[in-house]
Amino acid sequence: MFPIILIKGAMTGAVYASLAVGFSLVFGVARIINLAHTAFFMLAAFAIYAMVMIYHWPPLAAVGVMLIGISFLAIAVYLLFLDRVRENEGAVILVTVALAIIFQETMLLLFESTFRAVDPFVRGTTQLFGVTVLRQELLIFGVTVACLIAVLLFLYKTRLGLSLRVTAQDRETANLMGINVKWVCLVSVVVAVALAAVAGAVVSPTLTVEPYMWSHPLVMMFAAVILGGLGSLKGSFIGAFILGYTEVLVVFLVPAGSFIKGPVAMLIMVIILLVRPEGLFGVAFEEERL
Amino acid sequence: MKFIRRQFRRIGREVLVIPGRAIAFIFLIALFFVPLAIRDPYVLKVLTFMNIFVIYAASWNVLGGFTGQFCMGQGAFFGLAAYTSAIMNLRLGLPVWASIPCGAVVSILAGMLIAVPSLRLRGIYFSLVSLAFPIILIGLVYVFSGVTGGEMGISGVDVLARHSIVVYFIVVTAMVLCVLAMWKLTDPTTKVFRLGVVLLAIQEDEISARCLGVNTIKYKLLAFGISAFFAGLAGGLYVHVLRIAGPSTLNLMFSFNPIIWTAFGGMGTIAGSVVGVYLLYPVMELLRFIPQLRMLIFAGIIIFVILLMPEGLVHWVRDKLEENCPRCKLINASLRRDCWACGAPLHINIKQRPEVT
Repeated sequence: MFPIILIKGAMTGAVYASLAVGFSLVFGVARIINLAHTAFFMLAAFAIYAMVMIYHWPPLAAVGVMLIGISFLAIAVYLLFLDRVRENEGAVILVTVALAIIFQETMLLLFESTFRAVDPFVRGTTQLFGVTVLRQELLIFGVTVACLIAVLLFLYKTRLGLSLRVTAQDRETANLMGINVKWVCLVSVVVAVALAAVAGAVVSPTLTVEPYMWSHPLVMMFAAVILGGLGSLKGSFIGAFILGYTEVLVVFLVPAGSFIKGPVAMLIMVIILLVRPEGLFGVAFEEERL
Repeated sequence: MKFIRRQFRRIGREVLVIPGRAIAFIFLIALFFVPLAIRDPYVLKVLTFMNIFVIYAASWNVLGGFTGQFCMGQGAFFGLAAYTSAIMNLRLGLPVWASIPCGAVVSILAGMLIAVPSLRLRGIYFSLVSLAFPIILIGLVYVFSGVTGGEMGISGVDVLARHSIVVYFIVVTAMVLCVLAMWKLTDPTTKVFRLGVVLLAIQEDEISARCLGVNTIKYKLLAFGISAFFAGLAGGLYVHVLRIAGPSTLNLMFSFNPIIWTAFGGMGTIAGSVVGVYLLYPVMELLRFIPQLRMLIFAGIIIFVILLMPEGLVHWVRDKLEENCPRCKLINASLRRDCWACGAPLHINIKQRPEVT
């Protein structure tokens, strides 16, 4: 019982981490609360479904094409909608919710609301600590963690990454220092969406692909990001793993647990915020730092 | 008699000369005559729900539009009150007129509970955290499915009145009273309460408001209480019209709806919520004829409106229709040439100064 919880929790946590880190990055750099973030996750899963199951492309090519397509979509969404309302938090929330609904409804029109499944990219199982694990699940863990490390390297080792971090710290000063803030925000949105899309692509064989699959990850991602402190990548990462393990524990130990995994995550988030209002790793006076 | 005559004169002087108020006044009268013209029970039901959602959207506006607490979990108040009224009515056998206030009171208590994190969190943190409360309540509904009926909800609740026209009149009266109450409570120009001004001040800059000696905690709690109370009333009415309390009242879309309606109509004015619901809700009902495209068009409308009129419809229209007199600062129809009260010319052509070279 214990090893299986350990392994499953790590898988779930890794997926949530790649969603949460992207969301946190966009919030930190561009100050955008992107509620459509997990809708891109859903779109990626559908794209993989269409290419692998209907047109029988090899999975690797499908992921590549999907990444390019979804990056262009993210650029279009940012330039057409998000950039214009970025200053107004309420408007951003409404526009991104509307975008998520548009994505969901478009997928509903294209694929109808039947539950779909994608064949795993790698077949078979492996024994790990006496637990039988699907190879696909190992692939999920490996790919998401590799992507997260790549994003961290990008942020801390490149000049563009430096300008992203600088913009996150102080937008106006960054602007004065000659950084093109709009361009930097665009980069952050594209990187975040690409992270979510990769996660959606590798996860799609283990989930049922349906147009409403974005709402549960959205809730968990939210809880993870706020738990860890909004805008702190380290916090989001750790928060995601906390919630991944919580979800697995609840599903395994509580009867009818899959009904209440969202509520339990939210309860944990509220309790932690009551103790530490800025989250585990958040900055205390975040709102002064605009 | 004299009082009534004075009221009539007031309507002539202060209401009908201002386009916005005149429209609202005519609209209010028309509301009570609608059942005479429309006998279709389905349309009447839609109108009834529309009026309930007006209360709901306006209650969000008190919290989100005035106080600046962008609450994304208004559904928690609504759903909690809906469940409470249903349980009180069905399990304890309370009549309708007692179970709705019970729901509203429980909703106020919930509001106080939700206010606790809001006092510590600011801005976007609070809105993201407030999203948690309806979800936690859904969890409670599933855990205590013996009382709440789980996924099926509670059905068979008493209806408000037997005839649907009577139901309509009860709901319209409740709506008018609630909207009037909220409008008067939050009106920033009123001399009686300071509430509206203070709430707007908290929205603009909470720290400055505190520096000026405003007990912001007290006023925020008050705003939460008012908002929760009216949302609770709406929830109670809803459950007694629909006769079912289900977990759908707690889902994400139900919390986003009042925000969407209010943002469409205009934040920071109660009229905004009213206009938003009365325009968007019928559109949503008409779109039921093309169910596949319904949500798509709805989302399109939201994006279009926010990009075009970020302030909301009411502010946009009012800027077109009304103008303040430059001398006495009273509101005038922008078609008039002179102020209706003091006769000063409204549109003075300021001659362009010669440019300094």
